[in-house]
Amino acid sequence: MSTVLFDTPGPRALARQRIYTVITAVVLGALLAAALWQLWTKEMITPDQWVAFTEPRILVALLEELVVATLAGAAVAIVLAVAFGAVFAAGRLADPAWIRLPCWAVIEFFRAVPLLLMIYVLFYGFGSTLGTFWSLVLALMLYNGSVLAEIFRAGIQAVPKGQSEAAYAIGMTKSQVLVQILAPQALRSMLPAIISQCVVALKDTTLGFAIGASGIVDVGERIYLARVYDNPFAVGIVLAAVFIVINYSLSRLAVYLESRMRQQGTQAVHVNEAEEAQPA
Amino acid sequence: MGPEYFSELISRLADGFVVTLQLLGWSLLFSTIIGTALGAMRVSPLAPLRAFGTAYVNIFRNTPLVVLFLIVVVGLPGIGFLPSFFWRAVMALSLYTAAFVCECVRSGVNTVEAGQAEAARSIGMDFGQSLRFVVLPQAFRAVIPPLASVYIALTKNTSVAAVFGITEATYQLSNLIRDFPGSLWVNFIGIALGYILIVAVISAIANMFERRVGVAA
Repeated sequence: MSTVLFDTPGPRALARQRIYTVITAVVLGALLAAALWQLWTKEMITPDQWVAFTEPRILVALLEELVVATLAGAAVAIVLAVAFGAVFAAGRLADPAWIRLPCWAVIEFFRAVPLLLMIYVLFYGFGSTLGTFWSLVLALMLYNGSVLAEIFRAGIQAVPKGQSEAAYAIGMTKSQVLVQILAPQALRSMLPAIISQCVVALKDTTLGFAIGASGIVDVGERIYLARVYDNPFAVGIVLAAVFIVINYSLSRLAVYLESRMRQQGTQAVHVNEAEEAQPA
Repeated sequence: MGPEYFSELISRLADGFVVTLQLLGWSLLFSTIIGTALGAMRVSPLAPLRAFGTAYVNIFRNTPLVVLFLIVVVGLPGIGFLPSFFWRAVMALSLYTAAFVCECVRSGVNTVEAGQAEAARSIGMDFGQSLRFVVLPQAFRAVIPPLASVYIALTKNTSVAAVFGITEATYQLSNLIRDFPGSLWVNFIGIALGYILIVAVISAIANMFERRVGVAA
């Protein structure tokens, strides 16, 4: 954490800070308690709201959808996106303008258009052959692939110049240099960025809800719409918790890999903080 | 596709993008305010505030926006929280985006050289003053590009409101192909161009600000 803003506190500042710490802790605690109390009295978090999640058949359905739809969808999308990103990053780095410019246009287009719009278009246009799963996965591929293409390009351009110069000097062609020298070195430094993109893809699979694709949001909706449960708030909390646990672990993994690389002297490619902001 | 369709297309796209821009404008305002406050918490000397900021960011950054919409739009009315659909969508978008604004502010604060804050302290400024007058203004200059990306992401995220029945730009797609079968691709291009235009405007404004006040990285 940053220590730019304040000096190491002396004894008086320390005493004062301790008082402020207690006050803020009490205030924050009181606000939290008030919120929980409000939810409790309005029967949003009372025990009967959670009954659905004690039933084995519902837990099995949630787990199944999590694995079969959400995790599998995100995994397939990321694998395809890496391939898409590699091809278009290579295209972006190519010399002839007739390859470079179309690749640039494709990347910029899919990064600027909301993912949900792409999902709708693929579903309305080709849904009868693609089905909901592939409409979602292909849209995810186009969006995440375009983001990854830019990351790949940055990664390749970050490899020290001497590497490609040496390769050219021993007579390798441009594509040999790219595939055999630059890509392997870049790939390592891009691992954290790719993992961060997995978090994005995982969150974005929930957009499949919009076209009725199966997934845990869909199961959640069926739970809270059931008159016996009628618990949208509790369902929302459970769904959020599932994603927070998975995504937080993935983020920690990315941070760990990045810190290990820094120790080994490899510069990690930074995903723009904002790219993570995007489901869409 | 006759002229009737095109006039209808233009008018519905205009309607849709007016709502998109309203969602964008309000969420941009609120998320910037909330995010900056959270960013200040994350760099403050008080442990409970830092813990709150960290918890907020980790919770909201890792929750899918659709799920957040579900809680705010479908869940919260149960406790008698009943502003209109539009304002609940703004709330979900603002709370979500605030986490990313917070991270921008924090990384911006970290780019400010220690000497700046030391100088501020040495002329007797307290934490709040040195943050307000010395550190944050410089931090904002450093975070113009990432902040622009956050707002661009927000622009695209407003489309999620369509899933919950708000008739913004993306919603117009299904609307239009229902009334004009076979118009899918023209509608898509029209809507896509609208978003690209908004994104281009945000980038242009960010570039302008960066040229004026930006600091060399």
